[in-house]
Amino acid sequence: MIEARGLSKRYGDKWAVYNLSFDVRPGAVTGFLGPNGAGKSTTMRLILGLDEPTAGTVTVGGHPFRRLPNAPRQVGALLDAKAVHGGRTARAHLKCLAQLSGIPDRRVDEVLDVVGLLGVAFQRSKGFSLGMSQRLGIAAALLGDPQVLLFDEPVNGLDPEGIRWVRELMKRLAAEGRTVFVSSHLMSEMSLTADHLIVIGRGQLIADTSVKDFIERSASGYALVRTPDEDQTATLTTALTEAGGSVEALPDGALKVTGVPLPGISDLAHEADVRLWELSPHSGSLEEAYMALTQPAVDFRSTTDRRAGLLQELPPPPAPVLPQSSEVLESEAAR
Amino acid sequence: MIVEDAVSPKAGYASPIPVRRTHLGDALASEWTKIRSVRSTMWTLGVMLVLVIGVGALTAASRTDSIYVDDPLSGAFAGLVLGQVCIVTLGVLVVTSEYSTGMVRTTFTACPQRVRVLAAKGIVFFGLAFGLTAVAATLAALINYAAVSTEEPPIVYDGDPVDMPHYHEYGSESVTTGDWLGATVGASLYVALLGLLAVGVGALLRHTAGAITTMLGFLLLPLVIGVFVQASGSQDLAENLIEYSPLNGLASLYGIPMEGSADNGWTLLILLAAVTAAVLGFAASVMSKRDV
Repeated sequence: MIEARGLSKRYGDKWAVYNLSFDVRPGAVTGFLGPNGAGKSTTMRLILGLDEPTAGTVTVGGHPFRRLPNAPRQVGALLDAKAVHGGRTARAHLKCLAQLSGIPDRRVDEVLDVVGLLGVAFQRSKGFSLGMSQRLGIAAALLGDPQVLLFDEPVNGLDPEGIRWVRELMKRLAAEGRTVFVSSHLMSEMSLTADHLIVIGRGQLIADTSVKDFIERSASGYALVRTPDEDQTATLTTALTEAGGSVEALPDGALKVTGVPLPGISDLAHEADVRLWELSPHSGSLEEAYMALTQPAVDFRSTTDRRAGLLQELPPPPAPVLPQSSEVLESEAAR
Repeated sequence: MIVEDAVSPKAGYASPIPVRRTHLGDALASEWTKIRSVRSTMWTLGVMLVLVIGVGALTAASRTDSIYVDDPLSGAFAGLVLGQVCIVTLGVLVVTSEYSTGMVRTTFTACPQRVRVLAAKGIVFFGLAFGLTAVAATLAALINYAAVSTEEPPIVYDGDPVDMPHYHEYGSESVTTGDWLGATVGASLYVALLGLLAVGVGALLRHTAGAITTMLGFLLLPLVIGVFVQASGSQDLAENLIEYSPLNGLASLYGIPMEGSADNGWTLLILLAAVTAAVLGFAASVMSKRDV
């Protein structure tokens, strides 16, 4: 279990993380979400003792990370897949990490097999693709068979098979009773993998709920209704609005209805003598819920490229040729 | 048998693989694997061997049999001056390559006891550097000894009581055990200590180019400034600068000091050891507290 109380970190006069308090419990996959620059990596570094907090505490299993006598056996982490010495082979890299905590050699081969890198164990890691580096990082985290696992963007660069493998792996690890803490930007993956969410923005806690509550809270679910023609659509809209729902007309003629349950919509349509061609529920997606919640906390917002900087001043147009006096023109025309 | 550690986190999952407390021995094994598994080790040590033995052999070859040589083993000095740059480079790289690749974060996550990591790096590096430099220096000394002349030593007629300990001996017989010790163990210790100092500087600066340049400055500047100061007049300052410069320390161990007496060699070695210990101690405390 990871416990943070009032965790704060300042770099210069900027607070990267401010007054964070949360618990990451065992037995579930906890997703760690936030816009770029929100402080997710900083928080993970604070948990792992790489940085000292300016205020507050964070403990793993009740103890600060740096006081653990055999850290890799309690906590495994993947922070940055590229944080390896490129000139070292995959096997040598894992071996030197295993030796640091008294883990026997055969465990190295075991984890290489689990992540599927046994074939390239003797290749220098600078030649690895992004996916292979991620797998190596995951192998390093699994080396000590730890109780707690921290992953920072684990599916970054993996192919669909790899993404599915990581998802299954994290769920399996959580099912075994371990604490799994994952930060990711891939909303679709998060919604499939995570059971609980911790959302931060601009260094502060925004949400700490289960995934279900998070989506429901953002109230972005609706029902999609389609009728044969415009008249029936208008009739239904009136009926739904009178019943207390809110209706939004979509460009393709369908209706987005909120506030009335699906059976209610069906009954109202029946009473108004409207035929339904489509009545389907759409629950809010994690992405929509997340965007709605973190909109105010986004630090790096993109704008369109106006290309004004590339515009050059065109040379002035040539002076218009003034017509000469009429006699000259006529004499020229006569010739 | 599962050995539960005294500080086990709240149960949720317990690993079937036995857990035990880690210690310096684990870190030493890890650092040995690390230093063996990168090419820069082979390169720096290989070049060092080539330089020390090669230049030593060249010096020996230039001292043909027809010329009496006073300090035969000192022919290995030039090669070692070049070789020490390789050792210093390796010393810096042992630490700074971790910072430049980002591996340091992986290492400190796997072993949050940072001073232990630095200590292990220092010990492994020192052992390797000392061992290989001793081999190279011994070979160079042997080659130079073998090349020394069997001519009768010259007689000095300047009238002063001649302080030549080898006055009546042939070149090949003039070498004492002290000379051998200085040229092999002493010189290798000196170079390995310089490498250890480089480890400390690397840990403080965390930047490969900066640390190597600083070490080169440390090696060359006192001597260079001393020579210039000498030209401008301040004799005492110049003498001190040259006497205590690292190159003079090495030279004294070979019996060919630039300043001061040849017996200073071991004293200067102890001085270097003290400086290295101080820098490493400072590096350890900074590394412990600083954000990675």
